Formats: sequence, structure tokens, C-alpha cells
Amino acid sequence: MARRPAQEVNAGSMADIAFLLLIFFLVTTTIITDQGINRKLPPIQPPVENPPPIKKKNIFIVLINKNEQLLVENEPMEIEDLREAAVKFLDNGGGTGDEACNYCQGPGDPASSDNPTKAIISVQSDRQTEYGTYIAVQNELVAAYNQLRNREAKRLYGMTFDEMEANYKDPTYVGNKEVLKEKITKIQDMFPLKLSEAEPVKN
Amino acid sequence: MARFNKKKSNETPPISTASLPDIVFMLLFFFMVSTTMRQTNLLVENELPYADQVEKLDKKELVSYIYIGAPSDRYKSTYGTEARIQLNDKFASLAEIRDFIYSERAAMRPELVSYLTIALKVDKDSNMGLVSDVKQELRKAEALKINYTTKTGEATQNIQ
Repeated sequence: MARRPAQEVNAGSMADIAFLLLIFFLVTTTIITDQGINRKLPPIQPPVENPPPIKKKNIFIVLINKNEQLLVENEPMEIEDLREAAVKFLDNGGGTGDEACNYCQGPGDPASSDNPTKAIISVQSDRQTEYGTYIAVQNELVAAYNQLRNREAKRLYGMTFDEMEANYKDPTYVGNKEVLKEKITKIQDMFPLKLSEAEPVKN
Repeated sequence: MARFNKKKSNETPPISTASLPDIVFMLLFFFMVSTTMRQTNLLVENELPYADQVEKLDKKELVSYIYIGAPSDRYKSTYGTEARIQLNDKFASLAEIRDFIYSERAAMRPELVSYLTIALKVDKDSNMGLVSDVKQELRKAEALKINYTTKTGEATQNIQ
């Protein structure tokens, strides 16, 4: 028998094998990154003997009951109005002398907060409250802070706070990041995020 | 010459599929590179709430997940319908959270330990009582950076 040239391997099924692998990776892949509200928990500290006094008017109390209803500063409120109420409280600027706020645009009501740096928002939920409601409330309060920070950033530096943060994280940003960081910190100091959380009440 | 012409006109040549594997391999490599394997099987229902003031949670190696929700349908008969905590691949009690944090820390490079973020993936129908118990445990374990993982959308959708 004459020697024949070596036969070529049939590569027709290569595509099938590759498809099999492809489908496996298609199914297992998750491209989306998680998103959410970042928060820092307060460390556990020994109880302070004499806590520094906080004026009643500088605290904005939000209560959520087990029927998902809100009580804001002793007034029932719908979630849609919460952001506006929080902005009004934070931006009030009712302080005088040392506590005056020179960038606030609120009405300066003496019965509301003195200064955004003093203002504290306290959220208290019930153990039976649904998590979805709690997140909605947190979201609205963070939105109130972001709205004010954006406003001040726009006024001082001509761009919103969100843009500044996006630029700071962007590795291709051309410009001085140190200066940008300073600006971000300044805006954050003007409206520090002071959200206090009480332990949920049992009933 | 005449013979060539005759052959051509009689049968259409088949479309060559020789480059098909190349195309498929190209796609395959794309997905292989961009893939991240799902690490845990969900034992609990996990319908996340909506929020729009969100920040991205990148750097997956710095994130540990705690799932909270009512057990899935398959486990309802064994574990009941009350919301439970899931750590890694199994149901856990509150007391196990601290050990979980410590083991997560031990698995990380020491210089990165302070960047550990705990992502709380909580079902929107769970009660705040359990969530705040978990938060209390996290404070005890000094894992203070947390993230309430949400879907992006109007927050008012959470209340119906």
C-alpha cells in the first residue's frame, strides 16, 4: 500500500466545544457591580458621664412606626415631603454670633437649627418596621444632604459635589487632585452628615 | 477552460465555517476575563429595596456579604418563614456574625483589613429589628464600614 499524506484533523466540532464554554461563562457571569448607600457605624464607647448638651432645636427627629408611617418633628408626614423638610431644617441657619451660618439660605427661624454643622437628624424605627421603608427614609435624608452640598459646591467652585467626587475617583482626571480633595472636604465640613440612629423600640 | 466553467455553474460552493471557532473564541475570552463567579447560593429571598443616592461598591475583594431575608420556598418547611441571616452558604445565628467577621479579616491581606466593607443585602420585607441586631453585632466586631445594597430606582417604590 502506498503511503498517503497524514490526514487532516477535522476541526468542525471545535466551534461546538467553544460554544459550550461560552455558554457556561455567559451564564455564570455577573457584570453589574453592587450599588448601595454607604454608612459608617459609630464605634461602641463607654457611656459618657456628662454628654455635651445638644439644643433641642438642633435635633430633627424622624420616627417610623410599624405601619410604615412617619412622624417628623411630632407631625405626621408623607415620605415625599421628607427631603424638603430635611433641607429646610439643615439650611435654616437660625444661629447668631458664633453659631451664625453665612452660607445658609433658609428663613433663619430661631426655633429650628442654628447651623448645619450643629444640626443632627435622628432616625428612630420600630422593630416591626419594614427594611424597605427604612431605606427609603435614609435615602431621602442623604438626598437632602447631597442637594445642599451640590448647591454650595456649585456656588463656590462652579461644579456640583457629585461631579467633584466623580472627578476625584476618575484616574484620568487632569488637574490637581490635592486641591480637589481640599474642596471636597470643605463642602463636607459645611454640611457634615450627622445621622444618628437610636436603637429600635420594642413593643 | 470549458471544464472549469461547467463545474462552477453546477454547484454553489459551501460557506466556509473555518473562522467560526475564532469568532466564538473571541467571545469566550471576553466573558472569561470579565466574569466573576457567584460565590454563594442564596438560601433566602432577596428582593432588594430601591434607592437613588447610591455609591458604587467596587473592589470586590474588600467586600463581605451578609444576606438577610425569609428562607426561600425550598427551605420554608425546615426553617420557617421568619427572616434569617445567611453567611456564606448556610443559615447563621446572630452570635456567629462576629466569628464570620474575624474569619473574613483573617483571609485578607493585613494592610487591607481596615478597608473591609460589609454589604448588607437585606430583603425589603424584613423587619428592622433583625437588621439593627446585626448592626449591633457588627459594632461589637468593629466592622464599622457598611453598605446597604440596593437597586437603583425611586425610593418611594419601597412603600406600597
